[in-house]
Amino acid sequence: MDVNETACEVEARPPNETADDVVLDVNDLVVHYVLEKETVEAVNGVSLRLKKGETLGLVGETGAGKTSTALSILNLVQTPPGVIKNGSISVCGQEVLTMTAKQLEKIRGKDVSMIFQDPMTSLNPVISVGEQIAESIRNHETVNTAEAFEKAGDMLELVGIPRARAFEYPHQFSGGMKQRVVIAIALACNPKVLLADEPTSALDVTIQAQVLDLMHDLKEKMGTALLMITHDLGVVAKVCDRVAIMYAGRIVEYGTLTDIFNNTMHPYTEGLFNSLPDAKGRKGKLIPIPGLMPDPTKLPSGCAFQPRCRYAVESCKDEQTVREVSGTHTLLCSRYDDPGFSIDMKKSGG
Amino acid sequence: MIRFILKRILLLIPVIIGVSFIVFALLEAAPGDVADAIIARAGEVTAEDIEAIRAAHNLDRSMFYRYGVYMLNLIQGDLGISDITGLSVWNTFMQRLPNTLLLSFSALIIGMAVAVPMGIIAARNAGKLSDNFASIFTLVGMSMPVFWIGLILIQVFSGNLGILPVAGFDHGWRSLILPAICSGLSLTASTARQTRSSMLEVLKSDYLRTARAKGTSEDMVIRKHALSNAWIPIITAAGSSLCAQLAGSVVVESVFAWPGIGRLAAEAVFARDTTTVMGTIILTTVLYVLVQLLVDVLYAFIDPRIKSQYMNTSKKKKKTGMEKEAAAA
Repeated sequence: MDVNETACEVEARPPNETADDVVLDVNDLVVHYVLEKETVEAVNGVSLRLKKGETLGLVGETGAGKTSTALSILNLVQTPPGVIKNGSISVCGQEVLTMTAKQLEKIRGKDVSMIFQDPMTSLNPVISVGEQIAESIRNHETVNTAEAFEKAGDMLELVGIPRARAFEYPHQFSGGMKQRVVIAIALACNPKVLLADEPTSALDVTIQAQVLDLMHDLKEKMGTALLMITHDLGVVAKVCDRVAIMYAGRIVEYGTLTDIFNNTMHPYTEGLFNSLPDAKGRKGKLIPIPGLMPDPTKLPSGCAFQPRCRYAVESCKDEQTVREVSGTHTLLCSRYDDPGFSIDMKKSGG
Repeated sequence: MIRFILKRILLLIPVIIGVSFIVFALLEAAPGDVADAIIARAGEVTAEDIEAIRAAHNLDRSMFYRYGVYMLNLIQGDLGISDITGLSVWNTFMQRLPNTLLLSFSALIIGMAVAVPMGIIAARNAGKLSDNFASIFTLVGMSMPVFWIGLILIQVFSGNLGILPVAGFDHGWRSLILPAICSGLSLTASTARQTRSSMLEVLKSDYLRTARAKGTSEDMVIRKHALSNAWIPIITAAGSSLCAQLAGSVVVESVFAWPGIGRLAAEAVFARDTTTVMGTIILTTVLYVLVQLLVDVLYAFIDPRIKSQYMNTSKKKKKTGMEKEAAAA
């Protein structure tokens, strides 16, 4: 596959990977929101690769472009103002960005589906939850209304909601239950790729664990590839095989869970870890990353993190190129041009 | 749900008392009374005759006494007999009502059939050419006076083209067309505006994205997911318009000589037929309230959240009652 060959320049291809296993391949994706006065540069050249049954964590602060990336995979970026300026996205070998509306309807929900961030607003308030799940089934399978509803009941049971509640409406469910319904909708047709956009951030901590366990179990059962979008490194450690750290629309560090957690290299990733509370060492002080996310309408030149980075030097303002650390680990930081450079993971506690 | 409906119907009683009193007082305040009207028709009358008429109508007693008598009769279902025509007010009203209902519902159907698609198209193309056309149409439709539209319609279709009857009721469905269009126009305009703004609001919703993400076609997203959530304000607007048609069809019915309740009321006012005026207004009030109730009941079928609210009000009341008892104990 041509697309995969060129991808090597941007992303290191892990060894033993065959093209057949790749269910999602995002290449050099650029998404901008063109407003009247300014342009929001939400995604600026993101490349991702997801194999069958694998879980990739997409981690970053609010506004890093995670949701825009996920919406692009479904070709659901709202236009206007959104414009997918560049890139290619292939789901199970089919190019998404050039598809017609009819073709898109076929893959949405079947090959790739999405769990949305806010369960409170993601469900239609005037349609019963059973019907909302059944609709997805009817869209993709040749079943009659009764069969689809029956299957919707199965899906509800799968996510731990009694079948009898299929006739009820979203307002009769709690937040955690609604999120389960959203998950049931997304999983109704056994998608090959599941995009989970902060599926737990609107939930209580106790419910979070339940929902994560549920998603993990379902993934094991169905062999779905999962793109887990989150800002919570705890969630990443729990469910992900590989991790992409995203900052200002770019992936700044990309690798296996071990690469990212034990061999952290990018200063931004370091900052993320340092701003995590440590349950073991209570004395450990949180070190927040100074400053704010750059204004996405006026991104700094070169490395976007450079204004907040304590290692920054003049050369950081130059265009950054992807650096391959190992077969699985890539990095976007020109400081490593200096062979003696390393981050110090300054953390007093744990 | 039935409790809710019953409660709303019971609420009619204070409404009728209020409306009847206000109308009664207004008629009282107007110069002249029934006696004058009868006398004016009778021609030559003696002073004794006048006194007799006044006494027969209790005009020598206070207004409150007469109001009391009227209400006592009303409770027994007696709306009285017109002093001018000598006909039962109830019978006259019921005879005219079907005509007004026919006109109003035709206007409603025409209006909804045009307004809802127009509003949806305008909302989906907000800011584009079709939206601007719809805006101009609604603006014109809402600001043109009904009687003027009526005259123009008559001029064009009856005068110039000669394809439809000028007015009246004697040409079957063909006589319905112009009055229905005329009264439907303002309803169309206001409902289209409401549909547009309601749809614009709904089109931003997250659940439409969820629907698209599961592969639902754009057509179904709009028809099923968006429209089902946009109905409430649309129905509210259409309901008020329908009420306005029923109660305020005076102008259209007069322009087109349509024998409905609006024209009945107008004729009665001109003839100083106080009994008919009172009866017509009270019955129209009941009609108005019933249509509003129908709209409220429709809400429950459109939105399950409202339905459960209707269901819960009685339960909650019971609960709070029990809590109070518990607190007292």
